Amino acid sequence: MNPFSYARAGDTAEALQLGAASSSAYLGGGTNLVDLMRETIARPATLVDVTGLSDTIEEIDGGGILIGAAVRNTALAEHRAIRTRYPMLTRAILAGASPQIRNMATVGGNLLQRTRCVYFYDTAGSRCNKRAPGTGCDALEGFNRNHAILGASRMCVATHPSDMCVALAALDATVHLQGARGARKLPFTGLHRLPGDHPEIDSVLEPGELITAVELPALPFAKTSTYRKVRDRASYAFALVSVAAALQLDGDRIADVRIAFGGVAHKPWRALKAEAVLRNGPATAQAFRAAAIVELADARPLRDNSFKVELATRTLIAVLGDLAGVAA
Amino acid sequence: MKFTFNEHSYDVELDNRTSLLDLLREQLDLTGTKKGCDQGACGACTVLVDGERILSCLALAVQYEGRRITTVEGLAEGNALHVLQQAFIEHDGFQCGYCTPGQICSAIGLAAEAKRGVPSYVSSDLAADVVLTRAELQERMSGNLCRCGAHNGIIDAIRDTVAGARAE
Repeated sequence: MNPFSYARAGDTAEALQLGAASSSAYLGGGTNLVDLMRETIARPATLVDVTGLSDTIEEIDGGGILIGAAVRNTALAEHRAIRTRYPMLTRAILAGASPQIRNMATVGGNLLQRTRCVYFYDTAGSRCNKRAPGTGCDALEGFNRNHAILGASRMCVATHPSDMCVALAALDATVHLQGARGARKLPFTGLHRLPGDHPEIDSVLEPGELITAVELPALPFAKTSTYRKVRDRASYAFALVSVAAALQLDGDRIADVRIAFGGVAHKPWRALKAEAVLRNGPATAQAFRAAAIVELADARPLRDNSFKVELATRTLIAVLGDLAGVAA
Repeated sequence: MKFTFNEHSYDVELDNRTSLLDLLREQLDLTGTKKGCDQGACGACTVLVDGERILSCLALAVQYEGRRITTVEGLAEGNALHVLQQAFIEHDGFQCGYCTPGQICSAIGLAAEAKRGVPSYVSSDLAADVVLTRAELQERMSGNLCRCGAHNGIIDAIRDTVAGARAE
């Protein structure tokens, strides 16, 4: 690990001042950044500890909830309002990492964690455009069972590792940011990028910009929502495929629906096409399959991961079937 | 910098790069906490910070100044083992013992989480009181690996002790 200086930010203004230098990085729980620094993939000269900033979860006007960026993952998952009004978010958080890591990790840090692509981590022997731009991508022709099927490029086929972010994408959350030019808000689905020609850039954050909070909209039908994760072992593994979904029925027809996939792309994959197919239609297994097929029509599987197309389809059918109370 | 481990204060000079785990093992000679993978995958380094379980290998020590940290050395009272330590012996909850300090600290953290109602991924009802079934205990201990395969004994030891009335 390269040497660095450490500073604890007392408030947002101090954090922004300390974080303005291009060699600075904001530090949450450190569960990803410390590992990246140990591998010298991240080499900040200054760590700005922002865990002392807002860690509150508050009800806001309009019925939504404002979550401070320093809230720990466990604290968010166990919060009574999240458990009862946004169960997909609690389940997504609890599907991620381990209890110890969830006790450390912050909301802001979860959003900005980096891919766990093994070629990205293999500093000694692999080419990676995300880690060293322009060097190539060894995952393209390598062992790419875990990699993306949607929205990838020839430069990068990595997936976004977060579970929590899949739920936030489905819930139409908003990200609150503070930067040198003031405050702004982003729709959650606009935070992360597809790789394109610049896979080294994960998000649209500007240098020095700080995530201060995540806002959940009032979405009453999110009380009927869930998150299902499919992985190689029963627990403590990254997703092969995951689905976050909320469903509102009107009789046996679908009044409204929210869907996002994890494990399939460089960002949490909001499934707007599938939602459009389902809205105002019947809540049947055939309809769920038809929606998945439309969403996944653009899938471009790699050598080892074509199974993800059918796995994502079946997982969506199962999840919507559970929420609708119909046999899948 | 001042740290508190097992109710004792320590004044240490620290390189910012030092993990909480390396501070314990290399500088303070508190070697009960083990280094397994050193990258957050195995749980051998689990310690309790203000009663919450964390991974000391991924924790930069500078972030934990002034916090109340408990390691496996702080569990017994004199020669009287912590109830969970005794249960690990009775249930054959280990073979080589390397993961054991992390398992035991993790289980203590688990019990506190269950007591305040934290659900898990396998909880069918997120709003209900926690019932620590075997499946719940397995899920909640999934961050601690045992290469000897003593998991069944470990789960038995937890169920018989700290899971308490929440066990099923």
